[in-house]
Amino acid sequence: MRVLMLGWEFPPYISGGLGTACLGMTKGLDEIGVDVAFVLPTAVPIAETSHVDFKTPASVKPRPRAVAAQPAGAATETLEHVEFHRVQAALQAYATPQSYEQAVRKLIEQQKAVQQSGGEHSPYTEEPAAEAQPAPSMPSGTFVVGGGAHYGDDLMSQVQRYADLAVEVARTEPFDVIHAHDWMTFPAAACVAAATGKPLVVHVHSTEFDRAGNNVNQQVYDIERMGMHRADRVVCVSHLTRNLVVSRYGVPTEKVVVIYNAVQADNNGPLDLTPIKQNEKIVLFLGRVTMQKGPEYFLQAAAKVVEKFQDVRFVMAGSGDMITRMIRLAADLKIGRYVTFTGFLRGGDVDRIFRMADLYVMPSVSEPFGIAPLEALSHNVPVIISKQSGVSEVLTHVLKVDFWDTDEMANKILGVLRHEPLRKTLRQHGAIELRKFSWTDSARKLNGVYEAVCAARK
Amino acid sequence: MASIVFYFQVHQPFRLRRYTIFDSDTCYFDERKNEEICHKVANKCYLPTNRLMLELAERHKGRFRVSYSLTGTVIEQFRRWQPETLDSFKRLADTGCVEFISETHYHSLSFLYDRNEFVAQTRMHADLMEELFGQRPRVFRNTELTYNNDVAQVVDEMGFRAILTEGADHVLGYRSPNFLYSPPNCANLAMLMKNYRLSDDIAFRFGNRGWAEWPMTAEKFAGWVDQINGNGYVCNLFMDYETFGEHQWADTGIFDFMRHLPEKVLETGKNDFLTVSEAVERYPTVGEVDIPHMISWADTERDLSAWLGNSMQANALHDVYALAEAVRATGNETLIDDWRKLQTSDHFYYMCTKWFADGDVHKYFNPYESPYDAYINYMNILDNIRGRMAATAAV
Repeated sequence: MRVLMLGWEFPPYISGGLGTACLGMTKGLDEIGVDVAFVLPTAVPIAETSHVDFKTPASVKPRPRAVAAQPAGAATETLEHVEFHRVQAALQAYATPQSYEQAVRKLIEQQKAVQQSGGEHSPYTEEPAAEAQPAPSMPSGTFVVGGGAHYGDDLMSQVQRYADLAVEVARTEPFDVIHAHDWMTFPAAACVAAATGKPLVVHVHSTEFDRAGNNVNQQVYDIERMGMHRADRVVCVSHLTRNLVVSRYGVPTEKVVVIYNAVQADNNGPLDLTPIKQNEKIVLFLGRVTMQKGPEYFLQAAAKVVEKFQDVRFVMAGSGDMITRMIRLAADLKIGRYVTFTGFLRGGDVDRIFRMADLYVMPSVSEPFGIAPLEALSHNVPVIISKQSGVSEVLTHVLKVDFWDTDEMANKILGVLRHEPLRKTLRQHGAIELRKFSWTDSARKLNGVYEAVCAARK
Repeated sequence: MASIVFYFQVHQPFRLRRYTIFDSDTCYFDERKNEEICHKVANKCYLPTNRLMLELAERHKGRFRVSYSLTGTVIEQFRRWQPETLDSFKRLADTGCVEFISETHYHSLSFLYDRNEFVAQTRMHADLMEELFGQRPRVFRNTELTYNNDVAQVVDEMGFRAILTEGADHVLGYRSPNFLYSPPNCANLAMLMKNYRLSDDIAFRFGNRGWAEWPMTAEKFAGWVDQINGNGYVCNLFMDYETFGEHQWADTGIFDFMRHLPEKVLETGKNDFLTVSEAVERYPTVGEVDIPHMISWADTERDLSAWLGNSMQANALHDVYALAEAVRATGNETLIDDWRKLQTSDHFYYMCTKWFADGDVHKYFNPYESPYDAYINYMNILDNIRGRMAATAAV
């Protein structure tokens, strides 16, 4: 089995859980011997200190051409069956205007270099598809107009660009099935499917309704819907998401399967960490600071906690479009001295903050799955999650609240902070419960889906 | 001759209301829900079953005999919301076919933490039984049949004639639960052990269509009891009274089964029914059973782990009993009563985290979404009790 996987996040380039999920999933697939060719849009230069050691090209090639042969010596850890293709499109869903501008500027510079060394490249003009019009269902105009408020400018044309480049990679790569993660890769997936006739599996990690509430961006919704209907099988990360896919996108139930995410079992050795010698308990929020993640409920609960218990520090780790509002809110609630904003954390810093935490809270308004609670459990940190999350379908040994019920959230936070036996019991049972989440198991289920769609084509 | 000794446990706890750390009033109990459940169980179980028992006592002219234990908390609920049910128990008492057994008034685990409290609650309950039913209890059963040698000794010293416990395999070994035994170092106390196979055939398996013996008939069951004849004296059928109509719904045929069981048992001419005290008078004890560790009738483990299996439970129990001296010293009756209602074992059962083997039973009876919620709620209330004590002390 060989999979052409289309994604837009991979560690260290992550803005959310998708990258983490893709990493775990590809490791799981690698373990059970499924070949993966991963097509990733990176125009942004690769950070020198990637903590994930993959067989990756040491640098971005100037031409957005498939990189089939890996440069020797580039890899320090080998995933035997996974190889990466980076194509140049600036896909960053939650980019701020500034960071996006930067990325685009880099991209333009690189493209200039490309043009100097061989000219612009498009699969459609250069070598027309043999069997079909590429992706007849999607005129390229669909994606050109600027995105909605919570997306970076001109994301749509980048989505289209990624699609073009992915088709080109697909032509030089042998594979049996296409597996696309979330809407930004759906146009690419549909194009590749049309160009190659291979079966398509789309994976829904989140929907527009999760990200935007009811202020849905019509274009994004249309792309999601198109991808789901075009797919042979839709994989959802929870039943919560599956219900959305069926009810809001009209996908036939028999096409939609649930495969839960997992967490990587190997939690690297002891980090060099000098514990802070103080009585303060640390309550952690970790995630994008956006409407979907419910940061304001975290702070409102914090204010209520502080009424009863002052040896506490609330850490809001992450960035997002609501960050300034949250800083203001903390000030308005007069809890500024109890709240720390760390900005976006990655890699080792995430590990470190988990180790320092006494409690992790995920107050998401809408969370298709939620890998972070599993990461918290794997760091032995007790967890409070909102009932409006996919992961609450499968976790028993955590505390659950409605995201809007900040009284109850504060009540539970205080319960955990004040009672060591509660923390102890949550940790003990959490560690046992965590064992039921394994990427290898999820990969096996995924492989079952691949096999089913391939068999259906024969 | 084999004698069936029926003993039914009648109990309802005062369930707690949702009490957050931001609450400061002293209404700890979910009055509406408790009343609702009391009515529901009375209508499905207590009233129809009592009617049936009364009918059987009359029809068999005193040859159908049973024993009950009603906790102090359930009686308080009957007095407030279901006086009709309490009356029907009194009518049962009037037949002379029914014995009432004593236990800790608040269905507590006080024996484990505070002997004075244990003795006080047991006396309180015995007084209540005498007042309501006109008989001073001579038999004791500890909450959820928790038992060890020490319990027996204290109960013996209090003057009881018999004690009930679980016929757990790991204490009985090759011995049969169908005899009477004596605990070590007890002058007068006899010990009756639950025949859990036959008891559970009624209490748990009766309505289970997947069970090889389904459907169980009165005739078949009377046949099994008859097999004891020659190998034992008694058949100790101990169970929750809520088995009838609540755990086993009426449509399983449980009432019909019970209606016909006495005639099937009695028509053999060899077997009969006795109350616990009558069994003690008629049969000798056959040997000593030494039980140094606590056993109970709960779950597959038959130990304390349903109430004392994790750190939260241990902490909550420890903390509630840590207040004992101080609460009693206040002399404030409402405060003492509230504190004692917090000792009811159900509160700790709700905090149980071993959900995997016995999960279904635990979830079915649990008013909380999780054991963690139960613990947080309980500890918040305990905080308030502490506050009240401090306030009383200040005055």
